[in-house]
Amino acid sequence: MKKLVITIPIFLIIFWACGGGEEKSSDNGNDAFKQKVADKFGLTLFELDNGIGPIKEKMTMPDQIDLIKAKSGEEIFTIKCSQCHKLDERYTGPALGDVTSVRSHEYIMNMILNPEEMTKKHPEAKKMLATYANQMTFQNVTQDDALNILEYLRSVNK
Amino acid sequence: MKKQNFYIMLISSIVLAFGFINCGGDSGSGAGDSDAAQKVYVAPGHYDEFYAFMSGGFSGQVSVYGLPSGRLFKVIPVFSQNPETGYGYTQETRPMLNTSFGEIPWDDAHHPELSQTDGVPDGRWLFINGNNTPRVARLDLSTFETVEILEIPNSAGNHGSPFVTENNEYVVASTRFSIPIPQKDVSISSYKENFKGTLSFIKVNPESGEMAIAFQILVPGFNYDLAHSGKNVSHGWAFFTSYNSEQANSLLEINASRNDKDFIAAVNWKAAEKFIAEGKGNSVPAEYMHNIFNEETHLATSEKKNSVLILNPEDCPGLIYYLPTPKSPHGVDVDPSGEYIVAGGKLATVIPVHSFSKMLKAIENKDFIGEVNTIPILKYEAVNAGEVENPGLGPLHTEFDGNGYAYTSAFISSEIVKWKLGTWEVVDRIPTYYSIGHLMIPGGDSKKPWGKYVVALNKITKDRYLPTGPELCQSAQLIDISGEKMKLLLDFPTIGEPHYAQAIPAELLIKKQKKIYELEHNKNPYGIKSENETRVERKGNVVHIYMSATRTHFKPDNIEGIKVGDIVHFHVTNLEQDWDIPHGFAVKGAQTSELLIMPGRTMTLTWQPKKIGVYPFYCTDFCSALHQEMQGYARVSEKNSKIEISYN
Repeated sequence: MKKLVITIPIFLIIFWACGGGEEKSSDNGNDAFKQKVADKFGLTLFELDNGIGPIKEKMTMPDQIDLIKAKSGEEIFTIKCSQCHKLDERYTGPALGDVTSVRSHEYIMNMILNPEEMTKKHPEAKKMLATYANQMTFQNVTQDDALNILEYLRSVNK
Repeated sequence: MKKQNFYIMLISSIVLAFGFINCGGDSGSGAGDSDAAQKVYVAPGHYDEFYAFMSGGFSGQVSVYGLPSGRLFKVIPVFSQNPETGYGYTQETRPMLNTSFGEIPWDDAHHPELSQTDGVPDGRWLFINGNNTPRVARLDLSTFETVEILEIPNSAGNHGSPFVTENNEYVVASTRFSIPIPQKDVSISSYKENFKGTLSFIKVNPESGEMAIAFQILVPGFNYDLAHSGKNVSHGWAFFTSYNSEQANSLLEINASRNDKDFIAAVNWKAAEKFIAEGKGNSVPAEYMHNIFNEETHLATSEKKNSVLILNPEDCPGLIYYLPTPKSPHGVDVDPSGEYIVAGGKLATVIPVHSFSKMLKAIENKDFIGEVNTIPILKYEAVNAGEVENPGLGPLHTEFDGNGYAYTSAFISSEIVKWKLGTWEVVDRIPTYYSIGHLMIPGGDSKKPWGKYVVALNKITKDRYLPTGPELCQSAQLIDISGEKMKLLLDFPTIGEPHYAQAIPAELLIKKQKKIYELEHNKNPYGIKSENETRVERKGNVVHIYMSATRTHFKPDNIEGIKVGDIVHFHVTNLEQDWDIPHGFAVKGAQTSELLIMPGRTMTLTWQPKKIGVYPFYCTDFCSALHQEMQGYARVSEKNSKIEISYN
């Protein structure tokens, strides 16, 4: 009996936090609320927006897409990612055609470079795991490879 | 409530009391210490201190255990097919089991031996012998896979094998069964005239590990049973025990036990190199196979060799000497200093210990009592350093703890006897359960043993475990040797019959483990780099399916246009690039094993469908939540059907 009593509030907190994360993640206005959400998950504010992993600060990327990098990224994407991700259809994992509109660049980098920790700790990545039921894996790419993949994903986002 | 507790306590006390009486009454479990459990307990999620590699005996494989927990991690297929992984069944690995007698799916594996650098196990490779059809295998300890098998020509019963020199200059191998060399059709009773033994020296490439037979020494037709190489002062020499110096060919149990002493053959391999340089070796025809697994193409190749260099002791004075040793000796073990050569005289009442420095002096003084086929026999008293009295019945093998003590297994009296080097006095003994053969201390045959445990490798378990019908398990027992008295800590069953074993601190291997095969480096001719390259091609009646496996689908997963009578190759590449995500692959009705495909690797399953129909294939290794969805179909039509190949 006692256990149940403790469990219910924990569930409530998690649900509330999850919902909150989704609603507010694109809203820059309510930093105090986001800080609360981040605290619930043991994340920093940066991590809540940009994921957990080797990318720990905002990257500077020119608006202009580097087509050479994007081309290289496409090749890597074909070999290492395309078996699970298509651009415009749900496959083993989510479609990625517009991912650069939905997630920050840093978040995408961290998801590529550190997927296991992301799906364990980050509320958004956790949700993806629950939806697709497949653990995304690190595909043995370098940070430069991941940057090129990001450039490719930017280039395909119409 | 209280009353109930009281009764439980009362009953428990009675049970406990009976338990104690019972233990006192019989021979006991042997577990001496109340803190034994604590010493072998490796908490969940924590690592063992040592990797132990044990021979699988007649299973033909190597098993990998953790010490002190006794947990089994892996069985590595070596000389026997393994349907669990496809080893020896797949097109890629079948050449590993090729011999000059054709494909052989089994052998009897006895003695694992770790490669060494400066006389200490270095964790690069593990060698192991195939006894029945003489072979030596090399395992890569970054992948825990068999990467090379070399057949030994002019040999039978490759028992005294594969023991390394200080820097793997050589792996040695000797013939337990003498045979006509070269083979010929002669009467068995012409044994003394026609039968010979060989002592083989296999060169190991210091970079790649690749083996090649450098030379063989032709020796009188005794049974050359075991070996160990010299170290420190005796580096440059190798020692081989022999029995049946009577050269009996029938009822050896009586006829080969007549002589009071047989021999340890001491071979000066540095002298052998000199004789070869002088042109004393004869290159003779010999047919044997050399099989290598290429880590980049994931393909094994089998190459036929046609000759071997033979040294004849008659042409090479000083190459080899016989040390008289009582009485049908089995093991020969060299202490960490290299000075003492310990023989397990299995029918002897003492353990004879020879001195390397005395041997050199005896050779210099020509202290010979005779010769066999020009090989000088040294005088026993001139080479003997001492004898261990009362060593137990049937002493077989000795390992060393690096602290001045030696531990000898006694088969008949089922015990390990601890004795002191130099004084030869027995200081402790502990029973084993039962009939111990080899024993093993981590690094215990090297220059620097990690003398914390000794593992007893037992032939018989009788009443030690839950009975399992007529065939019972064999076992290992972990014994603490860190104190003055040996203490039994743990029993655990083994795969097949454990002969010898080796162990190495885990930290030396953990950091070098390979986790995936990088797709970029996959050079398998049927491998693919991405799903874009998946396809099906027909060439006559051969169909090649270039298939990918990834969580949680195969591509293609629907294939039509296969016909009865076709030979269908499923070349499956696992496109995963993360650790611990193998995929399995099996097809209904395929008369072979499954594939177990590691990340980045390509393997081929060959299927010859005999009946029309639609055949499912699926992933056999639970890979993810959608593993049950990882399946597909292959349609098989009549032989003369017009249906073209199609797939998606």
